[in-house]
Amino acid sequence: MLKTQEYNLNLGPQHPSTHGVFRILLTLDGERVVKAEPIPGYLHRGVEKLAEARTYTQFIPYTDRLDYLAAMLQNWGYVMAVEKLMGIEVPERAEYMRVICGELSRLASHLIAIGTYSMDTGGVTGFELALRERETTMDLLEELTGSRMTLSYARIGGVAADAPEGWLDKVDKFMDKMPAYIDEYDGLIAGNEIFQARTMQVGVIKPETAISYSLSGPNLRGSGVNYDLRKAKPYSVYDRIDFDVPLGTNGDCYDRFYCRLQEMRQIVRILKQAVAQIKEVDGPVIGKVPKVLKPPKGEAYEEIESSKGIIGYYVVSDGSAKPYRIHVRRGSFINLGYLDELLRGVLLADVIAILGSLDIILGEVDC
Amino acid sequence: MFENLFVGIAEGLRSSLGGLPLEINEAIVMLVKLVGILLFILLSALWLVYMERKIAAFMQARLGPNRTGPKGLLQTTATIGKLMAKEIFINKEADKVCFLLASTLIFVPTLMVLAVIPFGKNMAAIDMNIGLLYLIAITSLDVILFWLSGWASNNKYSLIGGMRSVAQMVSYELPMVIVLLGVVMLTGTLNLSEIIEAQEHTWFIFTQPIAFIIYFICGLAECNRTPFDLVEGESELVQGFSTEYSGMAFAMFYLAEYANMVVICFMTAILFLGGWQAPFGWDFIPSWLWLFLKMYVMMFLMMQIRWTYPRFRVDQLMGFGWKVLLPLSLANVFITGAGMYIYRAIGW
Repeated sequence: MLKTQEYNLNLGPQHPSTHGVFRILLTLDGERVVKAEPIPGYLHRGVEKLAEARTYTQFIPYTDRLDYLAAMLQNWGYVMAVEKLMGIEVPERAEYMRVICGELSRLASHLIAIGTYSMDTGGVTGFELALRERETTMDLLEELTGSRMTLSYARIGGVAADAPEGWLDKVDKFMDKMPAYIDEYDGLIAGNEIFQARTMQVGVIKPETAISYSLSGPNLRGSGVNYDLRKAKPYSVYDRIDFDVPLGTNGDCYDRFYCRLQEMRQIVRILKQAVAQIKEVDGPVIGKVPKVLKPPKGEAYEEIESSKGIIGYYVVSDGSAKPYRIHVRRGSFINLGYLDELLRGVLLADVIAILGSLDIILGEVDC
Repeated sequence: MFENLFVGIAEGLRSSLGGLPLEINEAIVMLVKLVGILLFILLSALWLVYMERKIAAFMQARLGPNRTGPKGLLQTTATIGKLMAKEIFINKEADKVCFLLASTLIFVPTLMVLAVIPFGKNMAAIDMNIGLLYLIAITSLDVILFWLSGWASNNKYSLIGGMRSVAQMVSYELPMVIVLLGVVMLTGTLNLSEIIEAQEHTWFIFTQPIAFIIYFICGLAECNRTPFDLVEGESELVQGFSTEYSGMAFAMFYLAEYANMVVICFMTAILFLGGWQAPFGWDFIPSWLWLFLKMYVMMFLMMQIRWTYPRFRVDQLMGFGWKVLLPLSLANVFITGAGMYIYRAIGW
């Protein structure tokens, strides 16, 4: 008889589909995975250590670079933690601006998630079309913050600047056009039979497993667990905005993908309401904050619903202008905890499909 | 006026060489024909790379090459020039002979096949009586070369790509050959020119629709085009069997993919779309131009499919080939036979 042999394949740090410099050491028997060992760390930049030598405001640009696709949401979680520590009140208009900028960032992140997932399974056109919308989002964000991707828009106590003249109308007009684009992705990618065959019943995560592994974001909701921090523990002005939380049924790759697609529709709803509601609210966009930020001794933990999961910031202060310790509870990193088990026994093409559906970003995974 | 352009050139050449003995005369004319085909396929590959990039771009709401040369027409030339200047890097442990052999020989089956294709009326370089059988046999040889390159690269990604290519190309050849039996049954001949002439009144796409669809799908699989491009599977296997190739060796694989597509599209046009026959008797366009037009329509369809669909997983691909296409192709043979019998019995 022919002797067969298992072999190791490095889905190496350099690979078109690992969403960054991520390495999985696969042990394959033919095309089937016997063992999968995820090896992160290729993008580790020591952000938490760097925080010890920066002031609280100087740390905000570092948070941009964690999940760089949804930068506002990362900024927001951090400044919320520091505000909790210092007991700073954020003005209403600033909260609305945070919601608008945050949801635009979430939209940008989901567009990349959808586009790259389409590309991972082979449909390159889906990627190009999703990025066309992302360009509009980034143009809007550039007009608001001066930067396309690493926004650094949130400040401790509010946001950096108010919306420029006419910007809110631009957001409104963009949201009018967006549903047609989402229908396009629905038809081209989600409705495609080959895509469905690649992603349905693949990488099934049961709800109990999802909860026990602390998955969050669309990975959790794709399995049917209704837990979105914006609804479960409303923060900022989310309790005044009406939106739904899309849930999956089977917990397979398709459900996670479809959750993200449906979340984009909800983002359109949220943004339209936020833009309408902010017109009634006038006022400063930054609260009463001392010139030199010296929080009292203590610690605070705040988490928010980011596009890829729950991002939490744990800030420990020793009374000086620089934090004693900042720890980031990164959604993507914890979402990867289940990867090893999930990849056992699947084919090589499924590895890519499953990894894409978890929507990780290495900036967040490695911190 | 242009109808007999190539035939006229051949005649002119024969008469200008009138002084030489017959065998040498014929040999020189054949040589010129084959060099012409070689030039055609190389220029085709060049043009098709550009066409693919432009079509992909327009489908994706962007422009594609538009800087090098007018409207970006010289893009492929620039690409090939760049690839020629690159070093062909061979791994230390790679099987050097097989590595280079695979990329050198990749054009050979394509050229061998093009020699029998009738480009127009009386315009096949070699009008072989068993043209169809020869064609099917030679296109099967591609499998060896893809497999060889996957093995010789000494790279696990290439190896997986090579193994997948063997599985895929061999499994999709079966339905492809069996549906062609339908066409052969209708015409009773393997000669490509006679198959074309038999389509004078109705093209075979109308009498053999299932065969056309199955042939086209299998043709996509033979060319390793999406949705069957898991052999190169860019998002999984980096570049599949040609991962380790660079420079001119890679250019050969790159162009050979388009050359194979040309062959498959020619075959689809000849076997199902009437070849060089003009539809509705519109013969103000010369016959060879009709064949090219039909070929390019099929080519456009192939490109549209590539840029729309994601790719299959390997087990779904094999399942589709063996469990769906093969029974359908056998059913097609059965229906064609039954149909022909009834047709003759009724006396149409």
